[in-house]
Amino acid sequence: MEALLAIVIGVLYASGVYMLMRRSIVKLIIGLALLAHGASLLVFTAAGLTRAVPPVIPYGEKAVTGVADPLPQALILTAIVISFGVQAFAMVLAYRAYQTVGTDDLDDMKATDT
Amino acid sequence: MIYAVLSGFVLALLAPALYRLSARWSGVVFSVFPAILALYFLSHMEAVVGGEAVRVAWPWMPAMGLELSFNLDGLGLLFALAITVVGTLIITYAGSYLHGHPSLPRFYLFILMFMASMLGVVLSDNLIALFIFWELTSVTSYFLIGFEHDKDTARAAALQALLVTGTGGLALMAGVLLMGQIGGSFEISALAADNAALQGHRLYPLVLALVLAGAFTKSAQVPFHFWLPSAMEAPTPVSAYLHSATMVKAGVYLLARLSPVLGGSDIWLYVVTGFGAATMLASAYQALYQTDLKKILAYSTVSVLGTLTMLIGLGDKLAIKAAMVFLMAHVLYKAALFLVAGSIDHETGTRDIRNLGGLRKTMPIICAGAAVGALSMAGLPPFFGFVGKEALYEAVTHGNLPVTVIAVLTSMLLFAVAWLAGIRPFSGAETHTPKHAHDPPWTMWLGPVFLGCLSVLFGFMPVLPEKLLSAAASSVLAKEVHMHLALWHGFNALLVLSLVTFALGVLVYWQLETIKRVTAFALPAVHRGPSHWYALWLRFLNWSAVGQTRVLQNGYLRLYLATIMTVTAVLAWYTFLTYGDVTVVAMDWGDIGVHEWVVGLVALVGAIATVRAQTFLRAVMALGVVGYSVALIFVLYGAPDLAMTQFLIETLSLILFVFVFYYMPPFKRFSRRVVIVRHAVIGTAVGAFFTLLVLVATSVQWHPTISTYFSENSYLMGQGRNIVNVILVDFRGFDTLGEITVLAVAGIGVYSLIRLRLGKGRGS
Amino acid sequence: MNSLILRTASRFLLILLFQFSIFLLLRGHNDPGGGFVGGLVLAAALTLYAIAYDVRSMRRFLPCRAQTIIAWGLLAAAVSGVFSMFKGQPFMTGQWTHVYIFGVDLHLGTPLLFDIGVYLTVVGVVLIVIISLAEEVEEDD
Repeated sequence: MEALLAIVIGVLYASGVYMLMRRSIVKLIIGLALLAHGASLLVFTAAGLTRAVPPVIPYGEKAVTGVADPLPQALILTAIVISFGVQAFAMVLAYRAYQTVGTDDLDDMKATDT
Repeated sequence: MIYAVLSGFVLALLAPALYRLSARWSGVVFSVFPAILALYFLSHMEAVVGGEAVRVAWPWMPAMGLELSFNLDGLGLLFALAITVVGTLIITYAGSYLHGHPSLPRFYLFILMFMASMLGVVLSDNLIALFIFWELTSVTSYFLIGFEHDKDTARAAALQALLVTGTGGLALMAGVLLMGQIGGSFEISALAADNAALQGHRLYPLVLALVLAGAFTKSAQVPFHFWLPSAMEAPTPVSAYLHSATMVKAGVYLLARLSPVLGGSDIWLYVVTGFGAATMLASAYQALYQTDLKKILAYSTVSVLGTLTMLIGLGDKLAIKAAMVFLMAHVLYKAALFLVAGSIDHETGTRDIRNLGGLRKTMPIICAGAAVGALSMAGLPPFFGFVGKEALYEAVTHGNLPVTVIAVLTSMLLFAVAWLAGIRPFSGAETHTPKHAHDPPWTMWLGPVFLGCLSVLFGFMPVLPEKLLSAAASSVLAKEVHMHLALWHGFNALLVLSLVTFALGVLVYWQLETIKRVTAFALPAVHRGPSHWYALWLRFLNWSAVGQTRVLQNGYLRLYLATIMTVTAVLAWYTFLTYGDVTVVAMDWGDIGVHEWVVGLVALVGAIATVRAQTFLRAVMALGVVGYSVALIFVLYGAPDLAMTQFLIETLSLILFVFVFYYMPPFKRFSRRVVIVRHAVIGTAVGAFFTLLVLVATSVQWHPTISTYFSENSYLMGQGRNIVNVILVDFRGFDTLGEITVLAVAGIGVYSLIRLRLGKGRGS
Repeated sequence: MNSLILRTASRFLLILLFQFSIFLLLRGHNDPGGGFVGGLVLAAALTLYAIAYDVRSMRRFLPCRAQTIIAWGLLAAAVSGVFSMFKGQPFMTGQWTHVYIFGVDLHLGTPLLFDIGVYLTVVGVVLIVIISLAEEVEEDD
């Protein structure tokens, strides 16, 4: 599965980077979202995949081995929530900027900052 | 002792408020503080000359090995006394000199802050702390030179001083860090105890060059000397204090302090002695050409700083002793002469020596102070300057011939310069001056008179400062030495040398105009050269800054991003291709189940559809497909927490997207085809690298995994069975706390953005 | 949105999802779940309600403003770390105790308080975004 996921991650990064460089501010934020997905999967896959055994210690035992790696999961969980916060902020910022300057073209916005 | 240093900062901050209590006598009131400090340091005299250093340490950032440690040894005590005693006189003086000046409270703030920083420099045993205090003196000096900030010249001079000493400061910082790295400690005492490791290191020349750059810029050594005469734009008390008695000696202090650590090598001997000798002669020569009283004194100060540097460079017992004596003599006469110059300027309205003469009748007290200062500077007996010069001659004649010649020539020139600055304005016929001259109030003659008295007293009885100077020399040499000073050494070679110097000096003064005319050809080389380079360098910096801004800060976000991404891709690929020690696992397609194929391909299609979408709604839907596929991947590979979070976040994001962008205009195609292709190439380069990265990363495990620790201790220590949750709320709880704080900030940011009514009134 | 089915469903769903979110929060330490997921479930439920009716009706369910919820959340999370300091341990060392109420053994600890803080913060942040935007849009209409 690593091979397939590697390609998925590559495509997510490529499309995210490509979208970041568009002139439309909406596309930029979509690019941000794509990058966030790519990053989550990257950490998840790079740490090694384990099928269907969540990192939970069964009742009656004190420790467990052979489960999915819990550390990247903890990292990704916070990353997902943070990226939501950042995206919400970016969206509202874009929306506000669009309302104020009347364009969603980043090149036009350049002329308005003076 | 820590309070002695730090209380200055506190008092500085209170100074403007205290000033209001008694504006009339503010100078006298504020001078009580340095006077108390001076008494405090005097009280340690007994212990210090007895050979025991007073040391206190205060942990500051123990994790970084940083402590505020102060060490009061002979050298530190000598400087601390100079700082506080001269400080007392200067502040008393300034109260009258700047009386009625609207910014006087600010002056007290900066001068007190400077004094505290300077004490920090000379007492710190920790190099990092020393560096911080060092930079503080540069900064306060900047404010003090630019005190008359409505004058262009003052601002330019302040900036020049800051840039020159600040650049040196940067070099010093690098040197200090290297020293700490190599020597394994930032404590000077520890480094001095094991200086072989440092001096044997292959980076020693670099460390030395960096430290010397710091010391030479601060102490105005050729070719960085030009900032000091420019700094005469400062009010005279500042020039007297910072630019003759204390701050410019910080560089000399640093050399002296570090000579047990860095000194003793051949390269130290040649470089330090060479620069010092060049400076002492070149600036004594330049002083002849000045007509501004303060500039004359400034150049002669630079010359003395050169002498001190040269002596420390020689580094033997006689040289270090001479340096200490010469330094003390200089503090006594030069501060006095500066204060005299200030008084003359204040009372007559000019300090151009061509317009001054005959002031002995109108300003008798100042005249007396000036005469003592000038005669001491000229090195005439029975003043302390004579003792200093004898010590200098004793040291250089044991050194070598070139240095001796330079020392004699310099003393000869300084003899004439001393006459020019301290005797000439008072002798001859009275001249017409813008203001009618008379003696200033007692606060303004106290300084020159007090320092003059010390010059005479120490001249007749050099045994008085002998112990302190011996202790100072001992700390520079890192071994105990005793010196015996006397006014009369008997009729010997040194005395002959002195007599020759006097004769030559009289000759120079007498034939001054002829000598100036004959030697004027050399002036541009030493005078205009360095400051011209400085101006060129500054212009180049400004020009390149403007150019860089135009190219790099062009305002096009996509160009920034394209640059960042290109650089990232190129560097990442370069590293990968040249690293060698990586293996890429072969792509294994056999282990993929049908359902996994479906999920993976759906994610792929979703990503491509997002990019290719023509309308906004399609793009968001495609993005949603990607997000839910990611969630499914989490489900398949044992991450139920992640899957739940991803599902919910994706849903909420979609709602938000639709909510917000419903009101945005439809997609337009802005970019030209060539731009699109270029960006696609950049994107592909980045994406391909990450594909490769995954393939490499899954096959290597360079460091032992730390997840095992979490798995083993989650229940035992964290008392939870869901390891992911235990990591989040317990093991790495601090991170999570930071993370929810970021989240809260983002939420509040959204709220403020919505509440912010930018352009609402204007637009519609 | 004016859909009778959605409105009716969302009202029931809100109660169910609220209970579910609390359930996720509390069991999070030993089974999949936790403050993040729980908070998101509640926030999603409230958002659904806001879509079915309007934001004003949704706000009636809130005891205070969304900002205040965030503040309480951060406070709870921060305070949970302080307890250990009374015992001379580093900030955020987990503290556990057993409480017996009506014969039930409750295993309580500061990580639970921390998770409640996370839960409240997440709920508050999502709601503050939704409410701000909705007010903006409603004003524009």
